[in-house]
Amino acid sequence: MIEVCGLTKRYGSTVAVDRLSFDVPPGAVTGFLGLNGSGKSTTMRMILGLDAPDAGHARIGGQAYRQLRWPLREAGGLLESRAFHPGRSARDHLAALAASNAIRQSRVDEVLELVGLQAVARKRAGKFSLGMAQRLGIAAALLGDPAVLLLDEPVNGLDAEGIRWIRGLLRSLAAEGRAVLVSSHLISEMALMADRLVVIGKGRLLADTTAAELSGRAPSLEEAFLQITGDSAQYQARNLS
Amino acid sequence: MTARASHQPPGRYRFRHLARMEWIKLRSLRSTWLTLALAVIAPAGIALATGGSNTTSGGMFVSNTLVGMLIGVLLTGVAGVLAMTSEYTSGTISATFAAAPRRLRVLAAKAAVIGAAALITGEAEAILSFFAGGMTLHHGITAPALSQPGVLRAIVLTGASLSLTGLFGLGLGAIIRHTAAAITVVVGIVFVGGTFIGQSDFAIRPYLPLYIVSHSLGATGPACLPGMASCWLSPWSGLGLLAGYAAIAMLLGGLILAGRDA
Repeated sequence: MIEVCGLTKRYGSTVAVDRLSFDVPPGAVTGFLGLNGSGKSTTMRMILGLDAPDAGHARIGGQAYRQLRWPLREAGGLLESRAFHPGRSARDHLAALAASNAIRQSRVDEVLELVGLQAVARKRAGKFSLGMAQRLGIAAALLGDPAVLLLDEPVNGLDAEGIRWIRGLLRSLAAEGRAVLVSSHLISEMALMADRLVVIGKGRLLADTTAAELSGRAPSLEEAFLQITGDSAQYQARNLS
Repeated sequence: MTARASHQPPGRYRFRHLARMEWIKLRSLRSTWLTLALAVIAPAGIALATGGSNTTSGGMFVSNTLVGMLIGVLLTGVAGVLAMTSEYTSGTISATFAAAPRRLRVLAAKAAVIGAAALITGEAEAILSFFAGGMTLHHGITAPALSQPGVLRAIVLTGASLSLTGLFGLGLGAIIRHTAAAITVVVGIVFVGGTFIGQSDFAIRPYLPLYIVSHSLGATGPACLPGMASCWLSPWSGLGLLAGYAAIAMLLGGLILAGRDA
């Protein structure tokens, strides 16, 4: 389970994440929704200890990320679609990460098969398409068989078959009792994938709800989404003037 | 829905796990092996080519044969930079720090792996250069034996300098993060600056990395000759100063790594 509590991040005078609080419970896919630049990635980076918050905190299983004994076995993250060296093979990339958390090397082949990259596992990953790069990132996130997963825009670059695959994968991972946080700027995709929706705009929490509840607010889900994110933009604009 | 417990073996991730990660990273890149091959072969080739220029037995033979080691110094310095900056340019750094959020421990593991690899490369390079230089000597000129005073020390210390420049590069890579900029600084400090400043300012010259490697570490004779404007550092002082430079770069790199967002 992930707890985000009063998380705040400023870059100069810009507030990227503004006193954000929400929980990601186990056994469900939580969709993390917001327009581009709304602070989703920054929030996920802070949860994974990569960026330091200016205020507030995030915990995974009750602990700060930096305190985790075996980080990859507790939380798996997909942040950038190409977080690997282009000259290294997919297999070696995963083998190095596995070694850092004393994960058995046979697990590397398991996750490669799970994401469907076993045929190209020994090829230089720099030649991978965006879709293959995403699959490698997902393999890395699953390496430690973690109870918590954070995936930033995982459907980017995937084709229709890939999107359907990841939808099924995330649902089954949640059904196994894992806490899954998936970000997206596409409401339609989130509606199919997520049990719960955390909607943010300009770094602030706008809604912590379900797709069903949200679509009840307007004729369509998309309109409801744009309504609440649009309100936030207006609110911000008033604040500035 | 019930929560799923993670599989948690006892203990926690340690330095040895991270050293293993860094070793896999290093050995899985083709560029590592190309650099290594070049670092060993090029200086030996230079030693072969310059062997014939020795006009006396002993004397300058050792430092002459080790002159090609400066290529190795450059290569390991650049390899050290790349070990850090390639993680930033490729985005691997976020995967690395997500796997091991204790960043200073990651840097220490990198330092151990890069330092050890550069040390082995440097010693192999120095020994090979020494024997290669002896192979092309003119008739009647003999190479000094390893048992002669200072000869083995010169070989071992010159070889060790590669490890220190590798760490110097690693530290700079952590400070600067951008490959081109960090390599420019390493080459600038070690080579260009060393040559230009060394040509004009004899008082600073003994403290410049380039001159420490060529005149202090590789020396078999006295550090001071009559009539010299300033003395070279003794071999061990030279090594100590190189280690100091590496330590400063690593320390600053560590501070920045720990404090800044990844």
